[in-house]
Amino acid sequence: MVIAEKYIARSSAIAARLIGGEMMIMSAVDSTFFTLNEVATVIWQSADGRTALSDIVIGKICPQFEVDPDQAGRDAEQFVNDLSQHGILMVSEQPILNSPASPPEAQ
Amino acid sequence: MSLLAEMNQKALSLGIPISVHLDITYRCNERCVHCYLDHDDHGEMTTAEIEDILNQLSDAGVFFLTLSGGEVLMRRDFFEIVEHARRLLFNVKLKTNGVMIREPEARRIRALGVEQVQISVYSHRQEVHDAITKLPGSLKRTVEAIRFLKSQGLKVVIANVLMASNLFDNVGVMALAKELGVSYTLDPTITPRMDGDTSTLALRIPGAELKQVFRSQELVGTVEEFCAPPPPPGEDIMDGFPCSAGHTACYITPYGDVFPCVQFPLPSGNLRRQKFAEIWRNSPQLKEVRSIRARDLPTCSTCAHVGTCTRCPGLAYMEGNMRGPSTADCEKSFQRTGIPSANMLRGRASSAIPLIQIQAGSFS
Repeated sequence: MVIAEKYIARSSAIAARLIGGEMMIMSAVDSTFFTLNEVATVIWQSADGRTALSDIVIGKICPQFEVDPDQAGRDAEQFVNDLSQHGILMVSEQPILNSPASPPEAQ
Repeated sequence: MSLLAEMNQKALSLGIPISVHLDITYRCNERCVHCYLDHDDHGEMTTAEIEDILNQLSDAGVFFLTLSGGEVLMRRDFFEIVEHARRLLFNVKLKTNGVMIREPEARRIRALGVEQVQISVYSHRQEVHDAITKLPGSLKRTVEAIRFLKSQGLKVVIANVLMASNLFDNVGVMALAKELGVSYTLDPTITPRMDGDTSTLALRIPGAELKQVFRSQELVGTVEEFCAPPPPPGEDIMDGFPCSAGHTACYITPYGDVFPCVQFPLPSGNLRRQKFAEIWRNSPQLKEVRSIRARDLPTCSTCAHVGTCTRCPGLAYMEGNMRGPSTADCEKSFQRTGIPSANMLRGRASSAIPLIQIQAGSFS
């Protein structure tokens, strides 16, 4: 499995709400609007700055959605890169301390 | 369909109040001639009460939160409230006159991740703007606030309420918005006061002048398209509802009263006595609002404008019947297209109908 060790944390400059199982996110920086599917929502909710992306994939995505770890790892990397380019996620090779508040409660 | 439209559709189908307008105070440092509020404090909610309501709104799925007033910065706990709202990851929009916003406040608003700040500007001319706000020097302070907010990279929208006393100053305000690098929105709607006083209606733009405003390409885009006669309504129009009020949106007063919309003062519950979810799901008033379709409107369903009119059910309610016409919107449809509304043809006059009086905090 090829996943570079990455730590991800949610940006504080966003608005987000879980509606009908999908996470709605809007960037306060450029008003870009995103909806995340169930898998992406799990990654988003796990982005606490302390859990490595590989641990999120292996510990949560693979067992929950019964997907191939290699494919899930590649998709997760792509997803994280996309969101980080919009300033929605912060990505680091080290744990991100003082990451923003916990995600909103599920509906 | 855009993602935002999809989100609204999803919220509608799931019965989620995606947008809430919360007035945190009715107190204000301006005394605008057209304002519909009573600025005395009759027992505003405390910080703890507002924070509890924000928690409930978050649980209910509210995404867009507009904080307004009164003047929001009149509350000493204003930043505490915004901070709590942002901690709950609301998309926060502020409505303010900007008079109390200097550089430190602008910096703090930016740091909190507020999405947008809407500021009222009535004229580019100080004597006209200040005469409307009744606060000397207010235009200068407001424009300075816009510059402070812009310098922090915030999105600012100038809201230009148009009435007889600032008629045609919209051109100057648009130029000012352009110079400041901010967006501009115009609203010719003047509503009765919430206590039932209709004197503010005399400030409305007379019909002939409204016609002229609707023929301004800068405001409406393609005039021929904007002023075109309405097409015959299809079944989808007749099965539709007029706006999001009570469906995916509602309004909360500083005293905890819940209305379908800020312009629709139908008391539907009070958050000092009930939980938000209980009001949203079970209020008979909100259920009634949700039940109304265009085909249920006795006059408007027969009107040529039914599919294109901006009919506001709240203004209709304030005229005495939420299923009735809103005469201000009848006038707009007429001045836009030259075609009289069904209500006009029946010869009904808005001034003949007594207004419903609302006392803040009186719901039980």
